[in-house]
Amino acid sequence: MTRIALTVNGSRCEADVEPRQLLVYFLRDQLGLKGTNVGCDTTSCGACTVLVDGESVKSCTVFAVQADGCEVTTVEGLAQGDELHPVQQAFHEQHALQCGYCTPGFVMATISLLKENPNPSEVEIRDGLEGNLCRCTGYHNIVKAVQAAARAGA
Amino acid sequence: MENLALEGALTVTFVRSLFAHANIVDVDATAAEALPNVQVLTAADMDLGVFGPPPFPGVNPGMGRPLLAVDRVRFVGDIIAIVISDDRATGADAAELVSVDYDPLPAVVSPYEAAKDEVLLFPEVGTNVAARFGSPEHDEKLFGGCDVAVSGTLVSQRMAPCPLEPRSAAAELGPDGRITAWLSTQTPHQDRMVLAGTLGLDPAQVRVVGPDVGGGFGAKMLNVEEVLVVWLARRLGRPVRWTETRSESMVALPHGRAARLEFTLGGMRDGKVLAYRLEVLQDCGAYAVLGAFLPNLTGLMASGVYAIPRIEFESRSVVTNTTPISAFRGAGRPEASQVIERAIDTFAAELGMDPAEVRRRNFIPADAFPHTTASHAVYDSGDYEGALELALRSVGYDELRDEQRHRREQAATTQLGIGISCYVEITNGIAESEFGEVEITPDGGAIVRTGSFSHGQGHETTFAMIAAERLGLPVEKVTVHKGDTDEIAKGTGTYGSKSTQIGGAAARLAADDVLELAKQLVADYLEASPADIVLDPAVGRLHVAGDPSIGISWADLASRASADERLAELKAEHEFQAAPTFPFGAHVAVVEVDTETGRVELRRLVAVDDAGTLINPLIAEGQVHGGIATGVAQALYENFVYDDDGNPLTGTFVGYAFPSSADLPSWEAVEMETPTPLNALGAKGIGESGTIGATPAVHNAVVDALTPFGVRNVDLPANGENVWRALREAKA
Repeated sequence: MTRIALTVNGSRCEADVEPRQLLVYFLRDQLGLKGTNVGCDTTSCGACTVLVDGESVKSCTVFAVQADGCEVTTVEGLAQGDELHPVQQAFHEQHALQCGYCTPGFVMATISLLKENPNPSEVEIRDGLEGNLCRCTGYHNIVKAVQAAARAGA
Repeated sequence: MENLALEGALTVTFVRSLFAHANIVDVDATAAEALPNVQVLTAADMDLGVFGPPPFPGVNPGMGRPLLAVDRVRFVGDIIAIVISDDRATGADAAELVSVDYDPLPAVVSPYEAAKDEVLLFPEVGTNVAARFGSPEHDEKLFGGCDVAVSGTLVSQRMAPCPLEPRSAAAELGPDGRITAWLSTQTPHQDRMVLAGTLGLDPAQVRVVGPDVGGGFGAKMLNVEEVLVVWLARRLGRPVRWTETRSESMVALPHGRAARLEFTLGGMRDGKVLAYRLEVLQDCGAYAVLGAFLPNLTGLMASGVYAIPRIEFESRSVVTNTTPISAFRGAGRPEASQVIERAIDTFAAELGMDPAEVRRRNFIPADAFPHTTASHAVYDSGDYEGALELALRSVGYDELRDEQRHRREQAATTQLGIGISCYVEITNGIAESEFGEVEITPDGGAIVRTGSFSHGQGHETTFAMIAAERLGLPVEKVTVHKGDTDEIAKGTGTYGSKSTQIGGAAARLAADDVLELAKQLVADYLEASPADIVLDPAVGRLHVAGDPSIGISWADLASRASADERLAELKAEHEFQAAPTFPFGAHVAVVEVDTETGRVELRRLVAVDDAGTLINPLIAEGQVHGGIATGVAQALYENFVYDDDGNPLTGTFVGYAFPSSADLPSWEAVEMETPTPLNALGAKGIGESGTIGATPAVHNAVVDALTPFGVRNVDLPANGENVWRALREAKA
């Protein structure tokens, strides 16, 4: 076991983790943050995307020990009380989710994308979200949601 | 589903076969069981029978799947042993330590080879043929009188359904001896019956709960894994849970398609089609499950949108050493539209006629409904030519043909292809019924209970809208409950795009029943006749006809009925059954093909999808978008591939070409509504239309781009490699 200390959604936490523990299972099983989903085992689908020090990472491909000393944001850390984050609001309004399983990952990836490029073109959005897979929406409304979030200044 | 808190649950890990076909000589679990709290079970520890095949007429009953492999494994992924552990990581470690001694057998991977019956999966059955449908008789005069007959082969390649949430199941034995199963499913009520039947239990002893489920696409029907999880909870007396990994899901969750379709289409030089022969060889994977039956639907829908006087259909379903084939978005109907649309284009090319024009000359006319096809389907309503004209106008067909002509004249490296697909499909295909119940709540809202299930389709919204509209309630006051067999009396679940047309219709009828009951109660309260009570739907108030001042709102009625202990009177259930409906549409795809490298880029896809009356256009369009993406995925990207020994080569998301947003354009969906007379909503199914329509449009577009090079077909998926091969073959 290795002792790690990190900030998750603004709260400090310390924990003992197995060196092979993946960040996603640390978040889900040890911290009970079930919003981050696991959709594959090859870093392909992006359902587990979270922000580490503000950058989007696939938390299935990061060991929990690597997040030692970092600031981690999961989908649970976005809303302010009852008020959704502008990206979440845009996904809601544009019907950018159906089963919802990929959605937390897409929302986190979008936040990261818009931070790097606040006004992306459709092609830049499609290329920027290439690391996230969705089987339900055909991506059409996800792209619209990202455009709407960009307009809202997210 | 994995979010379910289940105190003290043990973890289930399956040890799966690494061989496609082998005898199991020995399973040694000594090393695995040396890990803390690990237990390993094999078929020898079980007293369970065989799972399936489903009781469809014509499917060989001797090709069911043992719940755990007995002596022999038949595909990579077949389950050999079960590891029970305290946690996931220990389970994975232990599964690695289970040593299986295999005696490999020759594997048969191609359905073509399987049909020769040289390598048998079930020697005791004596053949690999699991089912035959249609007629093996050939009418020698089928193509008599035809000026032209064209033939070809379409391989509708094997696909992995890939719901983003892998399967998950948990079960717990209650102190009362009842078992509760939480399943990532589409069909809780059917699962309850099959679980009870397979485990020899009274269905009343089984509760199935479908929580929020992350996509299904037809693949999340009950399978052996769920049965084993429930069996284990009973056997161990402890709660158990299992969640598959993606790599496990890629070989263990049933696949879709995998059909080889041979066509001959004959007709006259003026473009009129007279006769069609379709022969299907369906790969059903290692065991005869639903896939063995699906060619029936392909045969039923063989005629497509065309009035073809003579049709012959024949199919064989054969077992191979591969993952079993079951339903996947479209399930038997995409195959029908893929092959007839390719056949029509081949015919048009042979005649040198515009493919749109050939279609116009053969459509079933809009005034000919109901229409019975030569392949024995009774289409309820349609306007096929209307759909095509709308799609052609929307895409700017003539201008695109001009641009194509220009590029051809310039001998441009990047050629333009325009592909048309006109489709009709069948929803609620076996004329099922669905259950709906509506109940007024103490605050004057309503609960809709449906036997249908939602795993992303938004029934929570659509069914609430249906009931709200009938009762004059704001939609926020209506809550939809589904998925718990203890709460919902009965149900069939969600598949075959049938939910709104029967489940929504049942909710509507139950809401109407509740309204009648409410009128009786209001009449009592107001000392009037129920016949004189009317609903003002704009404000949700029941009042005396002609005098709105004498009345009562839903909220006041519910409150008064609660106080009088009469609220239970405001509850009604209704089952609704109806014949199948036939949604239809026209898709036009525009592709650019690099004739040097074979690279294909889909530029546009215009989709006219007519599913009758739409309840919630936003949700319906979302279904179309997702459906199109899956259809395009089959046309251009995905293909689940095995090597000759039956080893999967595309068993992860790295190797399997699931398209991302960067691989696809935005869709141009165009609404069209031709109501069905078969339910009061006028609604048909929309969940699979996009998939069924899109694949042939894109496929035809790629071939169209290459026509000047003498290419008459490109194998699916029409990716760079297959285009490049087709160009090379055409040059040779």
